[in-house]
Amino acid sequence: MIYEVTVAERTYKVELSREDASWQCKLDGKPFPAEIVLRSDGVYSILIEGKSYEATQEHTPLGNNIVVGRHRFTPTVRDPRSFRSLRRADSAAQGSKKITAPMPGKVVRILVAAGAQVEAGQGVLVVEAMKMQNELKSPKNGTITKLNVAEGSPVEAGQVLAEIE
Amino acid sequence: MFKKLLIANRGEIALRVIRACREMSITSVAVFSDVDRTALHVGKADEAYHVGPANASESYLNIEKIIATAKRCGAEAIHPGYGFLSENPKFARACEEAAIKFVGPKPSAMEIMGSKTRARQAAMAAGVPCVPGTARGLTLAEAEIEGAKIGFPVMIKAAAGGGGKGMRVVRTAAELPSAFETAGSEAQRAFGSGEVYLEKLIENPRHIEIQVLGDEHGNLVYLGERECSVQRRHQKVIEEAPSSFLDSEMRRRMGEVAVRAAKSAGYTNAGTVEFLVDSERNFYFLEMNTRLQVEHPVTEITTGVDLVHLQLRIASGEALPFQQHDIVMRGHAIECRIYAEDPDNNFFPSPGKITRLLQPSGPGVREDSGIYEGWTVPLDYDPMLAKLIVYASDRPSAIARMKRALNEYFIGGIQTNLGLFRRILDHPDFIAGRIDTGFLDRLLSAKENGAVPVNGLSEIAALSAALFSAAAPSGNHGSSNGVMPSKAKGAASSGWKRVARAEGLRNL
Repeated sequence: MIYEVTVAERTYKVELSREDASWQCKLDGKPFPAEIVLRSDGVYSILIEGKSYEATQEHTPLGNNIVVGRHRFTPTVRDPRSFRSLRRADSAAQGSKKITAPMPGKVVRILVAAGAQVEAGQGVLVVEAMKMQNELKSPKNGTITKLNVAEGSPVEAGQVLAEIE
Repeated sequence: MFKKLLIANRGEIALRVIRACREMSITSVAVFSDVDRTALHVGKADEAYHVGPANASESYLNIEKIIATAKRCGAEAIHPGYGFLSENPKFARACEEAAIKFVGPKPSAMEIMGSKTRARQAAMAAGVPCVPGTARGLTLAEAEIEGAKIGFPVMIKAAAGGGGKGMRVVRTAAELPSAFETAGSEAQRAFGSGEVYLEKLIENPRHIEIQVLGDEHGNLVYLGERECSVQRRHQKVIEEAPSSFLDSEMRRRMGEVAVRAAKSAGYTNAGTVEFLVDSERNFYFLEMNTRLQVEHPVTEITTGVDLVHLQLRIASGEALPFQQHDIVMRGHAIECRIYAEDPDNNFFPSPGKITRLLQPSGPGVREDSGIYEGWTVPLDYDPMLAKLIVYASDRPSAIARMKRALNEYFIGGIQTNLGLFRRILDHPDFIAGRIDTGFLDRLLSAKENGAVPVNGLSEIAALSAALFSAAAPSGNHGSSNGVMPSKAKGAASSGWKRVARAEGLRNL
């Protein structure tokens, strides 16, 4: 299995194979001397030349993170088998940006109407959770093409609230 | 002692009181709102009753409902925890009228200490030092005389004021006339009254508080201090006991003053007298909190006293089992308040599902928490999740121990401020004990020096991400492509996130 993994702005080619129930891996074509055990609680214990690391996977509604020691990473994994479908998704996303809810909550205010011109950094709507209000800003200059929520709507983390083109 | 106690609270403090009940063979009664049916305190209590919808004003703040619940289940006493109804004299009075013992001071003491001006008057009458000031409107001529009397720098404050409007710092007598003029006109515009007064400016104060405990037989003692200067917008973040700023002489002076302030209000049960302390070690009464504090564990650990046990014993009429000279502080304790909030995004609250929880343990570690793995943190209440407390023989060892415990702590699925504590505990000013109430704001406004050093860890992260991806489809007997219904519409399109959803469903 070959994966392209982007971590901290670097892309690695990770090759994995199983031999006698243990993982063999190559990083960017070179053998990577890692001894890997999946613990029952979903934490990988990895030994590299005697050095011990714990890598914990974290699910969030906004995606997946890997925590190694006390450092949190947000990797992007590309699986060559599903390369084509991802390409399509990528090109569709080009040019248009989305504002997603960073947390579950309630839309308390909408600051611009659909069709309005906005600048990067301009507030588009306000979401409230735990008595705190969070202004969500436009990621780019453009036009609000879609506004998927109304004032008072409850929202889930990761839900697309608005699109800007 | 009571046979049955109702706890009018939720979260970690409800659990704290439930644990004390277990230890004292008291039947514990929890209350819960619509969204808290699965909260930890409901499961851990002996009995639990629904008191209303998510909105606290209709549930945890609903006096009639809570009293009715206590009566119906036969609870003889109510512990209010902190927050919610804990400092509400009306609630304490309603308990009294229902012949239910309120675990806390008498309503009259709560009323005095709950009002800033009455508390200040009571404190001053008892000879407790307050921030010097005039507390009434002045003319410029009066202000010049008073300014000289108080001593510069002073703060001009609007009598009707708040929110920083009509406030001016004045460092010398020469600056006074123009500052007086602008503050007055600003106050006039903002509040319709140009009345201003003077108060001494306490520069970069420390926030140090004294725990007091009084029984209903006239005995009142202090249990040392807590250093609470590490704050963000008046919200305490780290507390310790003892304060590295106090010596035993100053501790005794502050303790005696705190006891005097409490006595002047006829105070009983647990309470906290808060002081501002300037760099010259002058201390000034700030306010009194008439309840158990969030940070009470650091006092418990360093004095060996169980404050909740004693609250219950005092409320049931027992006398304090010790006197002032029996109280000795030993070692050093630090508490970190773990909040569901994102320090990288303006401290925005981060409710949601806790997908993984690894809790610290080992020597000298105490965790008071109200969370569990799989629980969804509701978005209706305060974002505090847990308190991590460590104890060691001295402050440097306690800091090292806290860093160790923080490294063992993992809360997955939501954002927390766990990473922030490491920045604070590694800061040379914190290590040296050079902290005041502005310390954390200064630390946060300073940019973190460059990217986090990740020497070699990104390779491990890349490898692990690939491993988790490889593990996901193989358990599914085939490809997961195209079969995952996209719940969060139009969620990001990266392969990793795609796999994330597959994993999430597989684990259901």
